[in-house]
Amino acid sequence: MGLKMVNRLRIFASSAIVVLVGVTVAHAESNSFMSPMGPIAAEQKAHFLKIIAITMIAIIPVFVLLPFILLKYRRSKKSVDYRPNWGFSLPLEITMWSIPIAIILVLSFAVWKATHALDPYAAIKSDNPTINVQVVGLDWKWLFLYPDLGIGSVGELAFPVDHPVSMTLTTDTVMQSFMISALAGQIYAMAGMTTKLNVIASEPGQMQGENTQYNGAGFTGQKFVANAMEPADFENWVQAVKSNGIALDADSYAVLSKQSTRAEAHAELATADMPKDMIYFTLSDTKLFDGIVHKYHGGMDGQTEISQEVSQ
Amino acid sequence: MNQTHSDLLGRLNLDSLPITALIKNPGTNEIVANVAGLVMLVGVLVVLFILTKFRLWRPLWSDWLTSTDHKKIGIMYVVFGIMMLARGVIEGVVMRAQQAMGAGSGFLEPDHFAQLFSTHGTIMVFFVAVPFVLGYINFVMPLQIGARDVAFPVMNQISLGLTVAAGMILMVSLVVGEFSTGGWTAYPPYTGARFNPGVGPDYWIWAIVVSGVGTTLSGINFAVTIYKMRAPGMLLSRMPLFCWTVICSSILIIFAMPPLSVAALLLGADRYMDFHFFTNDLGGNMMNYANLFWLFGHPEVYLLVLPVYGMYSEIVSTYSAKRLYGYLSLVIATMSIAVLSFTVWLHHFFTMGQSALINAVFGIATMLIAIPTGVKVYDWMATMYRGRIRFNVPMIYLVGFLILFVIGGLTGVILASPTVDFQVHNTLFLVAHFHNVLIPGVLFGLLAGYNYWFPKAFGFRLNERLGKLTAYLWIVGFMITFLPLYVVGLMGMPRRSYSYTDTEFVPWLVLAFIGALMILSALLVFLEQLRVSIRDRDQNRVPFGDPWDARTLEWSISAPPPEYNFAIIPTVTKRDAFAEAKITGQAYGSDDAYEDIKLPKNTPVGIMLCVLSGVWMFALVWWIWWLVALVTALIFLLVIGWSFFVDNERVIPAAQVRQEHQAWLAKLKATPPVDRDKEFSPENLGYAKTELAGDA
Ligand code: HEM
Ligand SMILES: [Cu+2]
Repeated sequence: MGLKMVNRLRIFASSAIVVLVGVTVAHAESNSFMSPMGPIAAEQKAHFLKIIAITMIAIIPVFVLLPFILLKYRRSKKSVDYRPNWGFSLPLEITMWSIPIAIILVLSFAVWKATHALDPYAAIKSDNPTINVQVVGLDWKWLFLYPDLGIGSVGELAFPVDHPVSMTLTTDTVMQSFMISALAGQIYAMAGMTTKLNVIASEPGQMQGENTQYNGAGFTGQKFVANAMEPADFENWVQAVKSNGIALDADSYAVLSKQSTRAEAHAELATADMPKDMIYFTLSDTKLFDGIVHKYHGGMDGQTEISQEVSQ
Repeated sequence: MNQTHSDLLGRLNLDSLPITALIKNPGTNEIVANVAGLVMLVGVLVVLFILTKFRLWRPLWSDWLTSTDHKKIGIMYVVFGIMMLARGVIEGVVMRAQQAMGAGSGFLEPDHFAQLFSTHGTIMVFFVAVPFVLGYINFVMPLQIGARDVAFPVMNQISLGLTVAAGMILMVSLVVGEFSTGGWTAYPPYTGARFNPGVGPDYWIWAIVVSGVGTTLSGINFAVTIYKMRAPGMLLSRMPLFCWTVICSSILIIFAMPPLSVAALLLGADRYMDFHFFTNDLGGNMMNYANLFWLFGHPEVYLLVLPVYGMYSEIVSTYSAKRLYGYLSLVIATMSIAVLSFTVWLHHFFTMGQSALINAVFGIATMLIAIPTGVKVYDWMATMYRGRIRFNVPMIYLVGFLILFVIGGLTGVILASPTVDFQVHNTLFLVAHFHNVLIPGVLFGLLAGYNYWFPKAFGFRLNERLGKLTAYLWIVGFMITFLPLYVVGLMGMPRRSYSYTDTEFVPWLVLAFIGALMILSALLVFLEQLRVSIRDRDQNRVPFGDPWDARTLEWSISAPPPEYNFAIIPTVTKRDAFAEAKITGQAYGSDDAYEDIKLPKNTPVGIMLCVLSGVWMFALVWWIWWLVALVTALIFLLVIGWSFFVDNERVIPAAQVRQEHQAWLAKLKATPPVDRDKEFSPENLGYAKTELAGDA
């Protein structure tokens, strides 16, 4: 099986997938790594198609040979080469085992490389400065904290295009799973622990972000807009949040962190200057995130400690 | 949920009934919930009525409920599986309807939808697939190795009792209280006491623990049976492939079920006694739960699918009129899968934040399983190659399986790559994948086996035409239901979504709903096939037991088999012993070596444990502590007391065995054997004029 063949298969497979999926999600804003807006998702997509193409080597024979065998050896044909006691053939055995082994070998290399190259924990190299974001999963909204900028937001994760975004995630409730499909895959977020996710967008635009781990009645509403902006727009956005945001203190955090949909939290907290569905905050306490993580580490019951930690 | 508490009834009160919600807050959601409960109650009443009207209580008790016969226990497992399948499929269709209309908010409330996917998943895995598979193993395996029963017949009965009790407690959750909303995986801390103080997760926990004990006992039973009770000459290397897969599956059961029971019990300790194994605070860590659960969960799918591979192997060689190709390869492949299946559990949480190294290792380990699996597929095709293939119902399922399973395997390899899994984990892509392996891989095989072994179990063939219709409906229905979900998954729709806003999902989900309706009609035709077949049973009798010109020992005896299975225990000299005997003209001989046969007596201990454990679970769920204590004491008393009854065998005298066997042989000799052209005609009485040929 030559490389050319593999390539042809790959093209075939990708076009099939593109027809199936690409067309249906082809618009500027993206919810899916099938129309990626950053290099990581693009590579994930490429890797996805590559796996399909390679695996096809084992699969196409089944699709071709099975109908052939079924037709040729059906009983009504009374074929003459009936071999009722044929149960072993060394060359055939060798072929049967070696083809899958070879394919899995090739795939293993690909997987090994891709897994390391696309490790969500690995910092992304870039000439542009990294934006640090702390993500807190709440029932049923995501809270984004920008400790370096002293701001926070709910409902919108904004960042400049071509700048690495380094996220540290936790939750203040059950486990959740954070994903912006158009940029990179998901990562779990768990209370008392932190996980990491690094992403970068290569073109400006809006993407959907979401929680994919069921966490109760408001689960399907726990989405947000990931907004890759031109650097200047991002500056303006930061200024707007700073001037319109309310203080994220113990009181507002208590309101935010109780079980509610984003719309309900918006109704309780947002001011008229904030866009629909978004809540903007200013951060006086840059240690808020650490407080949320650490409150589960003491000997005490997590829920009662929150107000003390936050007000410290 | 109202948390009042009384000494007598624990936390049970009027608010626990769905009808209360309907009165207080009428709406579609409450109506659906109440109709479901009502259907179940009516079903129970109809069954009670029929039993009483036709005076079936006594035969039910003495022929079935107290029986220790592995064949009857197997049949009861399958009947139970079919009942639960009906509920599972209906729930699946309701969920598909909700998602098809879910662009707004559909007709169900989020919590109700969550209960649906949780019960559906739990039922399909633990109370459809598991009992079905255990039922077939029970019925077929002892017959294939030439044994008269399993090693521990009473323990077998207890296994069944515990599994059924656990399934019933799930049914009860439909009308008293509510079920868990935590999915079939029940991940804490969501299922912990803080976030879910109600009874839902407790129903899940006790159903899992009790059925888990039942399944573990079955695993031990099957393993010992195969190791100890094979007929003379039935070397391991001469066993039908199905029995090999049963060994592997039993080993998986024995090692995989305990972690699940432990995980569920620790979660129970968190909920009941304020422990902190999996809570957010006080040192708890849910990651330990994920590890324990999937340490069970991955082998679980293989303990289901391996015996079905075995069934497919039997079927393909029978209907190709040919020896199984690559027996040794298939045994090695089966064993490799069994071993590998314990080394891959981490692929269920690639996204939990461990290092790329760990993910890569487990990803590659996962892909290794594709090697033996691929070999199996090729082996089945090689078995058909140069055969004489008949397209009976089981073969249609087999062909559907081969084509669809390859797609499931492809998406499995895709998911095994951590990088891609980061994207499609927790989406409908995953849902499509596991249905793609579980439905063609397990359910189709079970339906194929149902058509294959039914005549053996009940003495008459099933209607072929309706059987084919069922198969086509399942296969096409499956494709229309689940293939679109791959697309929606790639478009980014999370699993367990009761609603969504992206209208691009709609056409695909509507398509999936149409497919689900086809599957529902497949289920109805399946029941119709049973009805028609029972009606026409007199034209389809196969008393001589070999309607398909098959190869293994279970076909060498009458259908239905006598309670002692073999009048004379066969001596085995080759693989496919019965095929060999037919070819050389030595089948149906008798060397007059009849002897007295000892069989276990009936005992009510299994059904009593079934009822007691059912009450025990209910009492635990509702915190009725006095009842918990009482029933616990009764269970101990029963088991200890029962062990003092040593007079538990009865003897069937050799004379009676001889007389029955000789009468059967005499009738057989007086009947002309039929060839495969007449397979479906009333003349096929199960005495095959074999078309298998000698050494070529
Ligand atoms: C026969 C027709 C079936 C239909 C229409 C069906 C439909 C569904 C649907 C709609 C879901 C929820 C998907 C979601 O999370 O968004 C689901 C989940 C599931 N199904 Fe099925 N299903 C079927 C058969 C089966 C079978 C045969 C099995 C197993 C042997 C199975 C096992 C599961 C499991 C384990 C889940 C996951 C539950 C969870 O999320 O915790 N299903 N199914
Ligand atoms: Cu797995």
